[in-house]
Amino acid sequence: MYETTYHRPGTLQEAVSLFSKVEEAAYLSGGHTLIPTMKGRLAAPAHLIDVRRIPELSGITVGPDRIIVGAATTHATVAASEKIRALIPSLCGLAGSIGDVQVRHVGTIGGSVANNDPAADYPSAVLALDATLHTDRRSIPASEYFAGLYTTMLEPGEILVRIEFKMPEIAGYAKFRNPASRYALAAAFVARHRDGNIHVAITGAGNAGVFRWTEAEEALQARFEPDAVKGLLPDENDLMGDMHAPADYRAHLVGVVTRRAVENLGGTLIE
Amino acid sequence: MSKVAITVNGTLHTKEVEDRTLLVQFLRDHLGLTGTHVGCDTTQCGACTVIVDGKAVKSCTILAASIEGASVSTVEGLADGEKLHDVQAAFHEHHGLQCGFCTPGMIMASVNMIERHDGVLDEATVRHELEGNLCRCTGYHNIIKAVLSAAEKHRAAHAVAAE
Repeated sequence: MYETTYHRPGTLQEAVSLFSKVEEAAYLSGGHTLIPTMKGRLAAPAHLIDVRRIPELSGITVGPDRIIVGAATTHATVAASEKIRALIPSLCGLAGSIGDVQVRHVGTIGGSVANNDPAADYPSAVLALDATLHTDRRSIPASEYFAGLYTTMLEPGEILVRIEFKMPEIAGYAKFRNPASRYALAAAFVARHRDGNIHVAITGAGNAGVFRWTEAEEALQARFEPDAVKGLLPDENDLMGDMHAPADYRAHLVGVVTRRAVENLGGTLIE
Repeated sequence: MSKVAITVNGTLHTKEVEDRTLLVQFLRDHLGLTGTHVGCDTTQCGACTVIVDGKAVKSCTILAASIEGASVSTVEGLADGEKLHDVQAAFHEHHGLQCGFCTPGMIMASVNMIERHDGVLDEATVRHELEGNLCRCTGYHNIIKAVLSAAEKHRAAHAVAAE
């Protein structure tokens, strides 16, 4: 790892102003993507601005139709949250399926959603649960937030502060993992919202990252049963193909995990 | 450079370190605590697992400067003189190691797991919870036996303490 200077601001304002004053800064949250990347010398920020002790980034609050999670909340905290489990159990199951115990103790929801790894779990929940991403300067709807592989609408220096999930009527998450890396080869977060709208968000498979699978949404809108998506496959030209899984296999897996998510509403199925 | 104060195995250490210093480097190179191993150095193998403020973490992926003020437990802090910690004794008794390289990480992950679950563990949970610790000798069966045995001892000790 190249040399870097570590900063730990106590307020949002201090963090943002520091970012604008120094050259080549990066925000650090759990760091479980950034630090390995820095160790591999694929990133070399001269300044690391640790956002974890900024008060606005912590805490889980529940409203009548919303769950708001601070960006610095660890995966372990979300997975163990009784408040979330009572309302969106699939979100706890999703968080509990990320990485391993040690990684979940440190990695954060904000880090995952800001990094937008195409195989990350959280982006699918953000999209399917029609979340709002609150930053230090504005609020971004999930439908406008994701902008391709490892890319979001966040501007340089903008800090993701909290994520506001819309409470669905019911939701389910199913993931099929690469047996070696344990990252999703394909995963589906399916939510039926209180207004009757059905959202199907797919991660791990899309060649532009997380996406809404509209054909499956239409089929489930007509009939909200696992069989409704039987035989339905996404266009493999839109999917990733690599040494782990060619695009046609990923297309097949997307169909499988979507069906399994609908079969496991109120829960999580990880294979 | 940053001045960091971290309590390790009950002793407060204050050191001037480069900001890029990883926790595992702080332990091994600055404190001479070489029981914590670096295996993969990529957050996968878990050989560097230590407990920070009650949570098992991979010390190869945490900056020492970022845990200023924290309390860290490493494998060196477990035994009481010549008397092994129950988890260490169970690994010995059940032959939960072959080459021994992954063992410090396995033991720290297991100590933390038993504490977090209050000793209430079954085989499936132990296997799931050790997902982040790799044993390249593939000695998992005996590791699982060791953890279950130490967990049972933990439960028994707490049941006695509660009476």
